[in-house]
Amino acid sequence: MIHSLFLINNAGDLFLEKHWKSVISRSVCDYFFEAREKAVEPDNVPPVIRTPHHYLINIYREKIFFVSVIQTEVPPLFVIEFLHRVAETFQDYFGECSESTIKDNVVIVYELLEEMLDNGFPLATESNILKELIRPPTILRSMVNTITGSSNVGETLPTGQLSTIPWRRAGVKYTNNEAYFDVVEEIDAILDKSGTTVFAEIQGVIDACVKLSGMPDLTLSFMNPRLLDDVSFHPCVRYKRWESERVISFVPPDGNFQLMSYHISAQNLVAIPVYVKQNISFFETGSSGRLDITVGPKQTMGKTVEGLVVTVHMPKVVLSANLNATQGTYNYDPVTKILVWDIGKLNPQKLPNLKGSLSLQSGAPKPEENPSLNIDLKIQQLAISGLKVNRLDMYGEKYKPFKGVKYVTKAGKFQVRT
Amino acid sequence: MQKLLQLPVNAVNIVKGVQGVTQGQEEALSPVLTPDSGPQNWYSAVQPEELRHLRSGGTEDRSALEEGLNSVQTQPLRHDDLKEMLDSNKDSLKLEAMKRIVAMIARGKNASDLFPAVVKNVACKNIEVKKLVYVYLVRYAEEQQDLALLSISTFQRGLKDPNQLIRASALRVLSSIRVTIIVPIMMLAIKEAASDMSPYVRKTAAHAIPKLHSLDPEQKDQLIEVIEKLLADKTTLVAGSVVMAFEEVCPDRIDLIHKNYRKLCNLLIDVEEWGQVVIINMLTRYARTQFLNPNINESLLEENSEKAFYASDDEEEEDKKAEPATLAKRKPYVMDPDHRLLLRNTKPLLQSRNAAVVMAVAQLYFHLAPKAEVGIIAKALVRLMRSHSEVQYVVLQNVATMSIKRRGMFEPYLKSFYIRSTDPTQIKVLKLEVLTNLANETNISTILREFQTYIKSMDKDFVAASIQAIGRCATNIGEVRDTCLNGLVQLLSNRDELVVAESVVVIKKLLQMQPEQHSDIIKHMAKLIDNIQVPMARASILWLIGEYCEHVPKIAPDVLRKMAKSFTNEEDIVKLQIINLAAKLYLTNSKQSKLLTQYVLNLAKYDQNYDIRDRARFIRQLIVPTDKSGALSKYAKKLFLALKPAPVLESPFKDRDHFQLGSLSHLLNAKAAGYQELPNWPESAPDPSVRNVEIPDWSKCSSRKDRKEKKVEKPFYSDSEGESGPTESADSESDSGSGSASASGSDESGSGSESEESGEETESDEEEEDEEEEKKKRKKLDKTKAKKQCIINFDQFDMNKITSVFSQTLAPSGSIKMYELLHRIKGEGLAVEYCFSRQPFSPEPNMVAVQIQFTNNTNSETKNLHIEDPRLQSGMRIREFAEIDVLAAGESVTVVMGIDFCDSTQAANFQLCTHTRKFFVSIQPPVGELMTPAFLTENDFKKEQGKLMGMNEILEKLTLGEKCVNEHVIVERVTATANLSRVPCGSDKECRFAGKTVSSGCLVLVTVTTKEGGGAQLTVNCEKMLIGTMLVKDILQALSQ
Repeated sequence: MIHSLFLINNAGDLFLEKHWKSVISRSVCDYFFEAREKAVEPDNVPPVIRTPHHYLINIYREKIFFVSVIQTEVPPLFVIEFLHRVAETFQDYFGECSESTIKDNVVIVYELLEEMLDNGFPLATESNILKELIRPPTILRSMVNTITGSSNVGETLPTGQLSTIPWRRAGVKYTNNEAYFDVVEEIDAILDKSGTTVFAEIQGVIDACVKLSGMPDLTLSFMNPRLLDDVSFHPCVRYKRWESERVISFVPPDGNFQLMSYHISAQNLVAIPVYVKQNISFFETGSSGRLDITVGPKQTMGKTVEGLVVTVHMPKVVLSANLNATQGTYNYDPVTKILVWDIGKLNPQKLPNLKGSLSLQSGAPKPEENPSLNIDLKIQQLAISGLKVNRLDMYGEKYKPFKGVKYVTKAGKFQVRT
Repeated sequence: MQKLLQLPVNAVNIVKGVQGVTQGQEEALSPVLTPDSGPQNWYSAVQPEELRHLRSGGTEDRSALEEGLNSVQTQPLRHDDLKEMLDSNKDSLKLEAMKRIVAMIARGKNASDLFPAVVKNVACKNIEVKKLVYVYLVRYAEEQQDLALLSISTFQRGLKDPNQLIRASALRVLSSIRVTIIVPIMMLAIKEAASDMSPYVRKTAAHAIPKLHSLDPEQKDQLIEVIEKLLADKTTLVAGSVVMAFEEVCPDRIDLIHKNYRKLCNLLIDVEEWGQVVIINMLTRYARTQFLNPNINESLLEENSEKAFYASDDEEEEDKKAEPATLAKRKPYVMDPDHRLLLRNTKPLLQSRNAAVVMAVAQLYFHLAPKAEVGIIAKALVRLMRSHSEVQYVVLQNVATMSIKRRGMFEPYLKSFYIRSTDPTQIKVLKLEVLTNLANETNISTILREFQTYIKSMDKDFVAASIQAIGRCATNIGEVRDTCLNGLVQLLSNRDELVVAESVVVIKKLLQMQPEQHSDIIKHMAKLIDNIQVPMARASILWLIGEYCEHVPKIAPDVLRKMAKSFTNEEDIVKLQIINLAAKLYLTNSKQSKLLTQYVLNLAKYDQNYDIRDRARFIRQLIVPTDKSGALSKYAKKLFLALKPAPVLESPFKDRDHFQLGSLSHLLNAKAAGYQELPNWPESAPDPSVRNVEIPDWSKCSSRKDRKEKKVEKPFYSDSEGESGPTESADSESDSGSGSASASGSDESGSGSESEESGEETESDEEEEDEEEEKKKRKKLDKTKAKKQCIINFDQFDMNKITSVFSQTLAPSGSIKMYELLHRIKGEGLAVEYCFSRQPFSPEPNMVAVQIQFTNNTNSETKNLHIEDPRLQSGMRIREFAEIDVLAAGESVTVVMGIDFCDSTQAANFQLCTHTRKFFVSIQPPVGELMTPAFLTENDFKKEQGKLMGMNEILEKLTLGEKCVNEHVIVERVTATANLSRVPCGSDKECRFAGKTVSSGCLVLVTVTTKEGGGAQLTVNCEKMLIGTMLVKDILQALSQ
C-alpha cells in the first residue's frame, strides 16, 4: 500500500525518507514541488497528486508535508488517516511534531516508522503498543543512555500486540490512581453582517487522562445523554452498551487519549456566547478606510469569557492600520495582511472596542469585499451544550480512584461576516 | 526480540567466520567469493539510483549525479571510522555507528558500502543495534544480494524459536529482504507460519504473502493456497491482514470468500481499524456479485420523479428497459439474510474514530443498502468534515458524487456545507459543488443568498466557481433563472475582470435557453467587448452576437467592424469567433458586411495558426458564391444558423459513482493501477448456499449435533479470543445471535444452524447451557440406576440422547459398551458389569474412570460390597469405590472407581468382597479406553504430527467395511473404539482424531484418509509405540467390519 514516505519542510527541503518496499528515487517529489508551487498557500496543495507511475498522497501538518508514495489503488483516506496517526505519534513521543524534533530524534523516528508499517500495511499504530516497543525519549533517559549505553528499545516483548485489547498495556501500576476527563466543546458558527446566526453547531470531545492500575473497567454516564445524537468513539468503547443504555463502558488505554467526540448539529439551538458589532468601510477616495469593532457578551450562562481574540484577514490593498483599543493589544502584520486583536477577559461592564483608520495603497481601487472576522474565545467550567457527566464507576479493580471532570467551551471555526 | 538476539550463538560464529572471509576479501580480493564483488560493490549499488536520475533527465539531476560521485569519493574516509566502530567489541560504539548509519539512510545518503561491516552484526546481542541492523538490511539487501544471504541463517533459526514474537519478527525481516534466491526459503517459512499455533505469527505470515508475491509472481498458486487456509482462520488478528493479502494477490478469487463470509461479517467489529477498511471494501465487491439489487423495485418509481433532471442517465434507462420484463417474473424482493448481516454488522462502525473506516462503511451503504437505509451515512460523513482538511477534501469529493444520486440524503445538512472565508480554495470549490447539487425549488433562495456572499470573496478562483455554480442552479431550476441572470448581469460591472469574464461565459450559456427575451442583455454585452480582455469572455460575446445577430441587427455589423480592426492582435479562440461572426453576418446581412467579411477572411488566410487558415478557407468556400462553389453553399444558411441545443450544465461528479466510492480511482476519476471494478448487480442471485459453512463432521445432522461440533472447537476459539470475552466480542456476538434468529425464518438450513452457533458464544447462554448439561448428566445417572439390566435395551432414541450428552461434556464418542465383571451364576446371584464411562475421574485426573454396576439377583440383601487385595503390575494404582453397605434384593447400584493403568493393557486384578464371599475379578481395558480426548486445531494437529514421525508413526492400509460408507460412520466407529476427539479438518477425504493417554498424557493422533473404491489409509502417531500398534489393530478391525 504505502510505498515510501518523504518529509518535506515548508521551504521545500526533503529532510527524511523512508521506504517500505523497493527504494523509490526522491525525484518523484518533483511532481509534488510543482504542485506546491502552483498552490501558493500550503493549504491548497491537492492531497492527491498523480504522476505517471505513482500517486502522491500528502498531508500538511505543523509546517511539514508528509508525502507518501502509492503505486496501486488504495482508499485515499486510509493513507491520509495513517499519516495523521504518524504525526500524532511524533507529537506524543517528542512533545511536538516539528522539523527540528524529527531531525534530533531521527533514529527513534525511523524505528517508529519501521514498526508502524509492514510492507506498507499498518502494523502497530496504538501508542500504548509502540511505547512498549520503543520508549519515548526523556532527558533523564538520554543521559542514562549515554552513560550506560543502554537503549531506547524496550526490553520486554510487545505483548500488547497479541492482546485483543491492544490499546492497553498489561501490568500497569500506579501509586496514585486517578482518572480525569475533560469535556471540551467548540462552537462552529457563521454569523452574518447583522449578527444573526447563519449556521452554528457544537463539536465536542471528551479527552481522558486515565492512570489506573491493573485492568479497570469503567462506566461513564451522563445526566443528559439524549443531547448526543452523533458520536464517535475510541475503539475501547463498547458500542452496544451505548446503543442500549446510553452509557460509555470501556477498558481505558493507559495515559492520555480521546475517549469520544460528538457533534451537536445546527438543528438544535446553539448558544452564541458573544456578539460583535462591527463597521469596516473603505472610502472611494483618499485611499483610506475606517474600522470599528465592539465585542459584547450574549449567552454566557453567567460565566466569564476569556482568551478573546479577534482575527481579521484584511484585503491585500490595506497597508497599515492606525487603531485604538480600549482593552488588550492589537497587531497588524502588513505582510500576511492579518490583524490580530488580543482582548483577553471580556468585561461586561466596559465593552472592549477597537476603532481607527486603515490606510490603503494609493491609487489602487477600493476593495470590493469586506473582510470577515474570526473569533477565538474560551469559557471555563461550562459546556455550552449543557452536557453534564453524571458519574464514573469502576469495576474489576479493588482500589478507589480519584476522579475529576473539567468543562471547557472554546470557539472553533467562529466567523462573523461583514 | 531479546531472545532472537541471544539465540544464534553459533550463528555468531558462522557470521564471524564469514566475516573473516569478507574482510580478507576486502584486503586481497580473496577468490572465495566472487572476485569482482569488491569494487563492484558500490558500483552496482549506485547504478540503479543514478540510472533513475539519468532517466528523469534535467540539469539538476546531473548535479545530483556529480554530488553522488563526490560523496562516493569522500565517503570512504568517513566510513572507515564507522567500520571500525562496528567491528569493536563495545555495544555502545556499535550502537553509535548504527545510529549514524540510519541517520544517513534517513537523509537519503548512500551507505551501501558498509554492508559487510553491518551485516555481521545481525546476531548482535544488543536489541537496538539488532533492530537498526534490520533496518539497514531491509534497505540494502536488494542491492547486495550475495552478502545479504549471510544473514538468512539467523532468521531461519529465529523461525523455530519457541517464543511467538521472535518467530514473528524473524519472519517479518526474512520476508522483507527482497532477494530472489531465498524465494523457496520464504515460501517454506510462510507455509509453516501459516499453520503456527500463535495467531500473531499467522498474521505475520499473511503480511509476508504480498511481499513474496511482488518478489516472485510465479509463486501465486502456492500463495493462494496459503491465503485460503488463512482465510479460514477464526481470529480477529489475522482477518484484516489476510484479506489484505487476498486483495493484493488474487482479488478475483471471490470463491475463496464464500465459506468465510459470515465469519468475516461477525468478526468485523473486533478487527483492528486498518483491517476493517480492507475487509469492508472487499465485502462490498463480494456482495455486488452475490446479492440482488435491493433497489430494484424502487428504481422504477425513482425514475419518474428524478427523470426530469437526469434524463440522460443511461444506466438507469437500461434498468428501466430491463425492468418491466423481469419485474413481471420476479417475486417481490426479499433481501438475502447474508446481505442483511453485512449491513447490520457494518453499521456500528460508522461511529469509528477512524475516517477511513467511516468512509468504507459509507461507500458500502451507498453501493449496497436499500434506498431507505442509505440516509444514515450522511450524518457520519458530515461529522468527518470537521476533521483535517485533507480528510475533508476526500470526503467532500465523495459527498459530491453521492449528492447527485441521493440528493435527499444530505439536504438536512445543507448548512454544514456553507463556506468560510478561511477554508482552502479546493475545499471551497468542493463545498460549492455539493451546495449546487443539493439546490432545489425549496432551498434555492437560501442557497442563492449564500452564493451572493461568496461572490464578494477575495479569493478570485472561488468567485469564478461561485458564478458557475449560480449558472448551474439557474439551468436546473427554471423559477430562479431570471433572478440569476439579473444577478449575473450586475456582475458584469464588477471591477475584477476575471469575475466579469466568468459571468459572460455563464450568461452566454443561460441566454441560449431563451434568447428572445434578452436582447437588451446582448446589447449590454456587446458594449463590454471594448473593455474585456479575457479571451474566453470575448469569444463568448462574439459568439452570442453572431448567433443572435437578428436580435441586434444594428449593433452586430459595428462589432464586426471593430473586431476586423483588432483581428491580428486577438487570441486564437477569439479569431475563430470573429470569422464565425463574419460568416453569420454575411449570410443574414450581406449588404452591410460583405466587404468586412472578405477583409477578415483575407487576414485569416495568412494567419500563423493553421486552424484559423483552414477555417477561413472552409468558410470562404461555403458562403462566397463562386462558379466553383459546390452544392453545399446552397445550404450555408442552414448550416450556420441552425437552432443549437442549449448546453446542459452538469456536475463534473456526475456518473462518477461507477467507481467504487472512497477509492483512489474515484477521487482521480480515472482507473488507478490495481483497481478492481465494482461489478454490476447480478440479474438473479447466485446460489446462497455456497456460504453455508459445512460442518465437516456430522454433515447431515440436526442442529443438536452442530452444537457438538462447536463444542469441540470452543477451547481453541476462546483461547485465541482471550480476555476479550467479557469486553468486545461479547457485544458483537450477542448482536449476531439476535440477528440471525430473525433471519432464520427465511433460510432454514443455513442461518438456522448459524443462530445456534452464535447464540452459544454469548456468555449468558453458555452458563445456562452448562446448567442444562449438568441437569442432564444427573438425569442420566438416575436413569441408569433405575433401568438396571435393561441398559442395553435402551431404544435408539434414548441411546442417542445419552451419547449426545456424553459428547457434550466430553468428546464425541460412540455408544458405551458394557463388560461383564462377574456373571450372575458365578457370583451366586450377584451380577457385576462395568463400562468405561469416558468421564474424567475427578479425584485423580490420570486414572481411568470405570463405572461398575452391581445387581443383586438374589432374594436377600447383599452387604458390605467392597474391594480387597488388589494385585497390580508395578506402577498401577487403584482408587476403590466407597463400600456399599446394603444392596437390597432385586436392586442395582452404580459406582465409579478409578484405575491408573499406566498406559498399558495389563489387567487390574482384585477381589470383590461381599459380607459372605470373595470373588477374584479382573478388569482389562481395551487400548482405546486408555486415552482422553485432546482438543487440537488443524494446525496444532499437523504440527504435533510432524513431531511424531518415523518410529512413532504407524501406517496401515485397509479396505473399509461395507457399512463404512461415509465419514459419519467412520467417525462413529473410531470414536467408539477409542476415546478420541475429532479434529476439524478442511478436507472431506480425511478424518482426524486426537487424544492423550490418561496417565502420562502422551498425544495419540489418528488420521483416516479415505480413497476411491473403499480403500483407506490409517495413520497413528503416538510416542508409545505399543499403544500405537494396539490402537491400529483395534481401529482396523472396527473399520473393516
